[in-house]
Amino acid sequence: MTRTLSKLSELTPARVRLDAKATPLPLRNLLNFQEDHASARDAIFEKVDWTQLEATVGPLHHVRSRAHSREEYLRRPDLGRTLSRDASIPSSRPKLAIVLADGLSPPALVRQAPLVIAALREQNEDARDAPVFAASEARVALGDAVGEAAGAEMVLVLIGERPGLSVSSSLGAYLTYAPRPGTRDSARNCVSNIHDKGGLTAEKAASRLSWLIVAAQRAGQTGVALKDESPVDPSLPSPTQDIKET
Amino acid sequence: MATYSGTVRGERFTFNSLARLLAAATPEKSGDQLAGVAASSARERVAARRALADLPLRTFLSESVVPYEIDAVTRLIIDSHDEAAFTPFSSMCVGDLRDWLLGDMADTMSLQQAAAGFIPEMVAAVSKLMRNQDLIRVARKCEVVTAFRNTLGGRGTLSTRLQPNHPADDPRGIAVAILDGLLFGAGDAVIGINPATDNLGNCYDLLCTLDDIRARLQMPGQTCVLTHVTNAMELLKRAAPVDLIFQSVAGTQGANEGFGVTLDILQEAWEAGLSAQRGTIGNNLMYFETGQGAALSADAHHGVDQQTLEARAYAVARAYDPLLVNTVVGFIGPEYLYDGRQIIRAGLEDHFCGKLLGLPMGVDVCYTNHVQADQDDMDVLATLLASAGVNFLITVPGADDAMLGYQSLGFEDLAYLREITGSRAAPEFEAWLEAAHAGGGLLEGPGGILENMGLVA
Repeated sequence: MTRTLSKLSELTPARVRLDAKATPLPLRNLLNFQEDHASARDAIFEKVDWTQLEATVGPLHHVRSRAHSREEYLRRPDLGRTLSRDASIPSSRPKLAIVLADGLSPPALVRQAPLVIAALREQNEDARDAPVFAASEARVALGDAVGEAAGAEMVLVLIGERPGLSVSSSLGAYLTYAPRPGTRDSARNCVSNIHDKGGLTAEKAASRLSWLIVAAQRAGQTGVALKDESPVDPSLPSPTQDIKET
Repeated sequence: MATYSGTVRGERFTFNSLARLLAAATPEKSGDQLAGVAASSARERVAARRALADLPLRTFLSESVVPYEIDAVTRLIIDSHDEAAFTPFSSMCVGDLRDWLLGDMADTMSLQQAAAGFIPEMVAAVSKLMRNQDLIRVARKCEVVTAFRNTLGGRGTLSTRLQPNHPADDPRGIAVAILDGLLFGAGDAVIGINPATDNLGNCYDLLCTLDDIRARLQMPGQTCVLTHVTNAMELLKRAAPVDLIFQSVAGTQGANEGFGVTLDILQEAWEAGLSAQRGTIGNNLMYFETGQGAALSADAHHGVDQQTLEARAYAVARAYDPLLVNTVVGFIGPEYLYDGRQIIRAGLEDHFCGKLLGLPMGVDVCYTNHVQADQDDMDVLATLLASAGVNFLITVPGADDAMLGYQSLGFEDLAYLREITGSRAAPEFEAWLEAAHAGGGLLEGPGGILENMGLVA
C-alpha cells in the first residue's frame, strides 16, 4: 500500500502526502514549503538579461512602462500598463506583434520565451514576420499600447506569471485582437502555465497559440467569444470526439 | 448632491458624496489608495466614521453610489429591495444598526428575516464602524443553509472545497489530489477544479473525470469545473455532467462586463442548470467567486471603495440562490490588499457582509508570493473565520496550488480547525466518511478508494 501511494504522488506536482492517518504536517514538509516561498519571493525581484534573450530571439525593440522600480510596479499596476513617455515604437502595421514582458517572473521569460517563439515561428507565418518588443516593468495590458503604436492587427504578450511555490518560472501568453489601451481582459485569449515542470510545454503552447492566431484572424476578434477548440492535449482520454460530432 | 461632514479634534472634514464618505470611512487598503479614494489622514477616517454613524439607513435607498440609470447592478439592488423586511430598520442610522447587530435582538432568526431588507451599501457601511471582533461576533449569529447533494452551512459545520488543480489538467494527477483531500475529510462543499485552459473539450474531460469519481465512490457531494459561465452552458447543451455553474462576479455592470457576463447571461445559465435537475436534496447550484479590488482592476469602480463594491457583488450572487459564494480574498495582490493585516480585515468584512445579506459565504484564505504575507497570517484569518462560523474554506494539497501559483489552506489546516472548534463536515458527507472508515478505512475497505477512483487496477 505504501509503495502504491508513493507512486501515485508522482502523478502530480501538487504537495500530496496521501496520509491515511491525517496527521499534522511533518517539519520537513514545513521547511520545504518555506524554502520554496523564499525562492518565489526572490524570483520576483530578479532582472531580465535582455542581451542574452536577444542572442536567441533576435533583434528586440526596447520599451518600458511608467513604473520606475519593482516596488512601484507591485503597488501601481496602472503604471505597469502605461508606456513610458519617451517610448518610440515604429509603426510597421504587422499582422502580429510580439511583446516579451518581464511581469512578475523575469526568470520565466528568460527560460520559456525563446522556446515558445522558436516553436511558434516554425508553425505560423505571421509569427515569423512579427516584430518583437522587450518590455520592462510590464503588465499584460502594456501590450495594448505597444500593439496600437505598431499598428498591429493583433498582439501576443509573453509574460512571466506570478511565481508559485512549485514553479517560480511559468510563462503566460495573451493574444489580443485589435489592441488598444482600455481593452478588457475578457477580450483576450490566454494560454497559461507554460513551463518545464509538468506544465504545458513550449511546443504545445505554440500549437495552441498558432491555432488561436488563425482563428482570431478568421473571427476578427479574441476573447470569450472565441472559444479555444484547438485539439486537446492528445495524452488526455478523448470524449472530445463526442463534442465534435454533436 | 448632498454633502456630509464630521468633526475630529475641532477640525471639520467635508465629504461631497456618499461614495466619498464611505471610502473615507473604510479601513486602510492599498486598493483604495491606488484608486485615489482613501482617507488622506487617520483623522479624516475617524471624522468620516462619525458622519457615517449618524447617516439614516434610508439614504442608501434614495442615493446610489453608482447611478441607477447607468448600472444594472444598482438597478438589481434597488428593484429587488424588500421594503417589508427593512421596516424594523427604517428609522435607524448606520450607528444604530451597529448597536442592534451586537445586541441580543439580533439572533439567527431575526438576521435571516432581515437579510432581504438590507442592501449591500448598508452592510458595507455598518462594517466600517465595526472592529474585527464585531464582524466575527455578528457573522457567527447568522446561519445560511443550502443544499444540492448534501446540506451545507448548518450550525457547527465547517465545510471545504477540495481544489485538486493540476498544471496540465491531468485526470490521474487530479484524482490523486482528490484522494489526498478525502483522507482528511475535505471536499463536502464541492470538489472544484480551476482548469488550466478553458478549452471546451478539456473542460468536458474534467467534468467526466470528476463525475466518474463521485459516482464510483457514491459520494454525497457535488463537483465543478470553474470555467466561464457561457462555457458551462455550452457544455450542458452537449450533455456534460455539470453539477454547479461557476462564475466570477463583481459589484458593477462594467466590472461584470470585464468578466464577460451580464445579469441576463447569469439568469440564462441558472435556468439551464436548474433544468438539468442534478441536485438530489436541494436545488442551489450556482457557485460564485468574488474579491475586493475586482472592479478597480476592471477600471469600473466609479470612485467607490473596494469593500463597498465587493458587498455589491453579493447582491448579484444572491439573485441566483447560490449553493456557494466565496471571496478569494488574498489572491488579487498587494496593489489592492497590501499585507497580511489588510487581507485579514478584508476576509472578515467579506464574510460578515455576505452572511448579513443571506449568502452561504465561504472564503479562500490565501495569499500570493508578491504580497507581504505568509502562513502565519493565514493561520490567524482561518482561525478567526472558523470562530465566525464560515460556511466553507478552500483547501489544496500542502497549502500550495500547483496550477494557479498561490497559497491557500492545506488539508492539515482543516484538521486543525475542526480540532480547535469542534466543527464537522456536512452531515451526509460525514456519514459517508464514517461508513467508509467503519468498512476498513477509505483506502483499504471493501472496494478500496484506489480501485474505485480507477487509480489502481
